[in-house]
Amino acid sequence: MNEKTLRKNRWQTVILLLIIIVLTYVSSAITSFNFVDGLVTIPKAIGWMFSNLMVTQETLDKLPTILEKLAETTFMSIAATTIAAVVSLFLGVFGSKTTKVNNFLSVFARFIASVSRNIPVVAWSLVLLLSFGQNSVTGFLALFVGTVGFLTRAFIESIDEASQSSVEALTATGATYFQIVGKAVIPQCLPQMISWVLFMVETNIRNATLVGILTGTGIGYTFDMYYKMLNYNAVALVTLCIVITVIIVDLMSNYVRKVIL
Amino acid sequence: MSLLKVEGLGKSYTADKQILKNIHFEIKAGELVSIIGPSGAGKSTLLRCINRMVEFNEGKIIFNNHDVGSLNKKELRNLRANIGMVFQHYNLVPRLTVIENVLHGRFGYKTTLQGLLGRYTEEEKVHAFHLLEKLGIHEHAYKRCDQLSGGQQQRVGICRALIQEPKLILCDEPIASLDPSSSKIIMDLLKSISTEMGITCLVNLHQVDVAQHYSDRIIGLNKGEIVSNGTSRELSEQQINKIYGTKTEDLITA
Repeated sequence: MNEKTLRKNRWQTVILLLIIIVLTYVSSAITSFNFVDGLVTIPKAIGWMFSNLMVTQETLDKLPTILEKLAETTFMSIAATTIAAVVSLFLGVFGSKTTKVNNFLSVFARFIASVSRNIPVVAWSLVLLLSFGQNSVTGFLALFVGTVGFLTRAFIESIDEASQSSVEALTATGATYFQIVGKAVIPQCLPQMISWVLFMVETNIRNATLVGILTGTGIGYTFDMYYKMLNYNAVALVTLCIVITVIIVDLMSNYVRKVIL
Repeated sequence: MSLLKVEGLGKSYTADKQILKNIHFEIKAGELVSIIGPSGAGKSTLLRCINRMVEFNEGKIIFNNHDVGSLNKKELRNLRANIGMVFQHYNLVPRLTVIENVLHGRFGYKTTLQGLLGRYTEEEKVHAFHLLEKLGIHEHAYKRCDQLSGGQQQRVGICRALIQEPKLILCDEPIASLDPSSSKIIMDLLKSISTEMGITCLVNLHQVDVAQHYSDRIIGLNKGEIVSNGTSRELSEQQINKIYGTKTEDLITA
């Protein structure tokens, strides 16, 4: 690196910053979003939250129903994730460069992964709502499809990264395809895979609320219902329950991760 | 009677560049033969053509009276079970134990299901422990492979090759990532495998002096062609120049 390239690099940074500033200004002008106005409303919003979103004594009566819905949603997200993990395992093995059976299946697996990942979960729920109607199967499927996309992608990368050399060695001993996958690839990638699955369980419990609002199922529906009834105290209780659940699941999966890695 | 016979072998990945050109050689049972040559000469490709980890384009390889090029899937599996392979980076499954890695060498003789369920016979397990003891790493049998040093991991790799009960072991730069004392242990082992157990070894090496000290015969490879083939005593300065394209004084030996 000589002086000239250093100076060039500095100019590049300045130009990049200028571009970002201009882009921000132009886009806020087009959408007529005023940053200062936005900032001013924040204290007001916080004030509203404190006066309305309080858990009161009488809303606690609703706790059993809320917990029941919350449990349903949590278990549905876990089921959607684990079943998606099984499907993704196969797609991941077929899609990875080191363990692919043939090019067609590899491209097919990557295609499925990319389609289901690049369409947002929200869009999936609305599309599936049309064909499956308002029930928990719709929510389950929406989470399932999104998870398959993400996990397949993650599994393909774990397999590619971890097992090239041992696959070569076992091929040279005359091992069959399934022996190689079962005894070299999976043992090597398992901790990473479990870690991804746990991450997806967490994400899906969070997503399930949104999917529930859209598809009218589970805790999301409960939230939506109280919200539309203007019962903000109950909304606060639902939110609190969701937050606590997510934190508990986070702590548990962090513990599991620490043990296996 | 030769165990391995290579005739007119040629390999190219793209039409304009040939990795291997018209390779001829024969190896008798129980010999330890080294292949030396500069990086990119095609040593690894040549080794991998023999058990068809790499498909070759021209020529013929006869191993143990079988034409390697014309084997079907099942026969190829059988061939690979009869040829052990040792790698520069050991290529073990790091998260599994030493004994599990050694037993992986038996997969070539098992059905898919037996392999997946880990159904090894009592003799196989005894044999595995016997080999570990012979190579001096039996006390590590239940340790995970990533806890072992490089030299110990390479010995596990050799155990995995030996438990196949192979007729030939292909070693792809087995000591290239090891320190001098581990290198000596590994080379001594390969020598005793060929002399005592009568298993033929074909070894890719970077070190000329190691090749001269240990091998019965040395094949010199340069730009995909064999430029010398003879006993290690016959390997002259002139031939080394031809293999590496430089004088011996310019090479690190000793």
